[in-house]
Amino acid sequence: MSTSSKDQIDTRAGHFGQFGGRYVPEALIGALDELEAAHNAAQKDPEFLAELAHLHKTYSGRPSIITEAKRFAEHAGGARIILKREDLNHTGSHKINNVLGQALLAKRSGKKRVIAETGAGQHGVASATAAALMGLECVVYMGEEDTKRQSLNVARMKLLGAEVIPVTTGSKTLKDAINEAMRDWVTNVDSTNYLFGTVAGPHPFPTMVRDFQKIIGEEARAQVLELTGKLPDAVLACVGGGSNAIGIFYDFIKDKDVRLIGLEAGGDGVETGRHAATITGGTPGVLHGARSYLLQDENGQTVESHSISAGLDYPGVGPEHAYLSDIGRAEYRAITDAEAMYAFSLLCKTEGIIPAIETAHALAGALQVGRELGKDATLLINLSGRGDKDVVTAAEYFGIPL
Amino acid sequence: MTTPLAQLFKKTQSENRAALIAYIPAGYPTQEGCKAVIDVFADAGVDAIEIGFPYSDPVMDGPTIQEAANTSLNAGTGAKEVFDALAHATSRGVPSVVMTYWNPVEKYGVQEFAESISSNSGSGVITPDLPVDEAQPWKTACAESEINSIFVVAPSTTDQRLEKVTAQCSGFVYAASLMGVTGARSGISSGAKDLVDRIKKVTDTPVAVGLGVSTREHAKEVAAYADGVIVGSAFINALSGADSLDSGIKAVRALVEQLALGVREGRG
Ligand SMILES: Cc1ncc(COP(=O)(O)O)c(C=O)c1O
Repeated sequence: MSTSSKDQIDTRAGHFGQFGGRYVPEALIGALDELEAAHNAAQKDPEFLAELAHLHKTYSGRPSIITEAKRFAEHAGGARIILKREDLNHTGSHKINNVLGQALLAKRSGKKRVIAETGAGQHGVASATAAALMGLECVVYMGEEDTKRQSLNVARMKLLGAEVIPVTTGSKTLKDAINEAMRDWVTNVDSTNYLFGTVAGPHPFPTMVRDFQKIIGEEARAQVLELTGKLPDAVLACVGGGSNAIGIFYDFIKDKDVRLIGLEAGGDGVETGRHAATITGGTPGVLHGARSYLLQDENGQTVESHSISAGLDYPGVGPEHAYLSDIGRAEYRAITDAEAMYAFSLLCKTEGIIPAIETAHALAGALQVGRELGKDATLLINLSGRGDKDVVTAAEYFGIPL
Repeated sequence: MTTPLAQLFKKTQSENRAALIAYIPAGYPTQEGCKAVIDVFADAGVDAIEIGFPYSDPVMDGPTIQEAANTSLNAGTGAKEVFDALAHATSRGVPSVVMTYWNPVEKYGVQEFAESISSNSGSGVITPDLPVDEAQPWKTACAESEINSIFVVAPSTTDQRLEKVTAQCSGFVYAASLMGVTGARSGISSGAKDLVDRIKKVTDTPVAVGLGVSTREHAKEVAAYADGVIVGSAFINALSGADSLDSGIKAVRALVEQLALGVREGRG
């Protein structure tokens, strides 16, 4: 085989064109194989699927509703704007969908302990929640910087019985929390499952997390069809690692006329270098176990990302997004901090919904795309999370005294 | 293809002892300091040298090597310094390899990296986060540049997989003594011998044990069953615990002398 080029489609499991795969210490291969087998078996097991569906219905609150945002739409070229309300899930974001699935798998595999990384704290809170529900010991790694930015979520995790370990290495943010969780996993792999929070990381995580999140798009596709009688013209979502975006995109990939648009964190602007827009402003490489786009320097060292949103502040992105971008099936754009905060405030004041700052990037994208497509267009937006956790950041940004 | 590293193991096997393999990250404690450490390695009895390519996200490394990598990266260490250190080590006549996480290799260019190893007289590369399943382009490049590809196996590696991984290894097989990250430890894991025994059943390639080896006693214990003993964090501790580069280098020399005795005692 010659060097991989993007025209050579790699059809092995866990590969998305030239992206994905497994770039991990050999010590973890057995655990990843085991996880892959457990996941594949569970996806075919009616008992597992019924148990998960029951939790969705009676615990996290699925199906989540859709809401038409008419007043917000007036600012988006008059296009029809439909919000998929993942913010109404228990724990306040889409992260619970993935965590319930992975924690159930851990329990089935007889593991007593789970670990997780978290940036904004939403995945950590969701993990701590699922662990409490299922009686598992839970350890959450969180960059020391993020424990300060998101102290409310640290308290929530502790209230839920999880141990939160501040990570003081490297840039002290999400990427270092992932490194530390990997080190824990290498050491404790027999007793422990790693609940990975997004569609990045080594195979099977990108596929497994997508399988647990694709319910968002499956529900939303049917809901939009029922409401409008047709498919939306575009589906929009913010992209950190990419789990809420792949979750809402996946069921629409086959609908070739539906545009899929991912909104990355543009920070101060991609041209400033201070951003987290990995596909828009990064290059292909390997980080955290998979080949994808990443922010890196000329020596292949990971470069720190910047965003007002802790949940999007990550220098990597899921490999399936890298692939969808390369083949032209999905588009990715960068939204600056200022654009996101404008959309944040607009949704608060026009619809009475305080979104997560991550989600506000998707809303800012809707303002752009709505104006481009005009009033005959219908846009479906993944409202991935609510903004309770961001009240302090937003108050500071808008100069509201606390 | 035969590299200086492969020849070294023929020699140490004929002497009925294990080889002492010493690790130091390029640019640590400084680039000049690193070269001074390499000189001591060469003078005091190290058989083979591993030059580490410091990396921003070293998931296989414990706090000691993480901190050394940070120090080195903050001083601007990159591929240039790695190959400079490699050239220095091989110029001292010591068989030498580079140990690197995968992304810096991809960024440099897979074929170009193998070629630069070869042009600096390096024997090969250890790739701790490149499973053989993803290694086809790298294997091709190593074959073209006539260098060794050294993969790491772990106690969790199944017998079936050991066969597959060791078939891709040349120079030596890197056996991780325990499930965990690099760093000095008080004792050698009992899993290490079991792993080496399992490896020996599926390959004739020499086996070197790393992770946690830091004293003459450890070296002696491992030398009883393995072809090579790999020491890393203990040298960094010796350097970081010293109040000057000179005293650090002295401590490294003393440690090398002890370890060199250890690798000769194991078969006693
Ligand atoms: C509400 C919300 N949306 C989006 C994200 C980004 O993650 P992903 O891209 O995996 O959906 C996060 C991460 O913390 C989040 O909390």
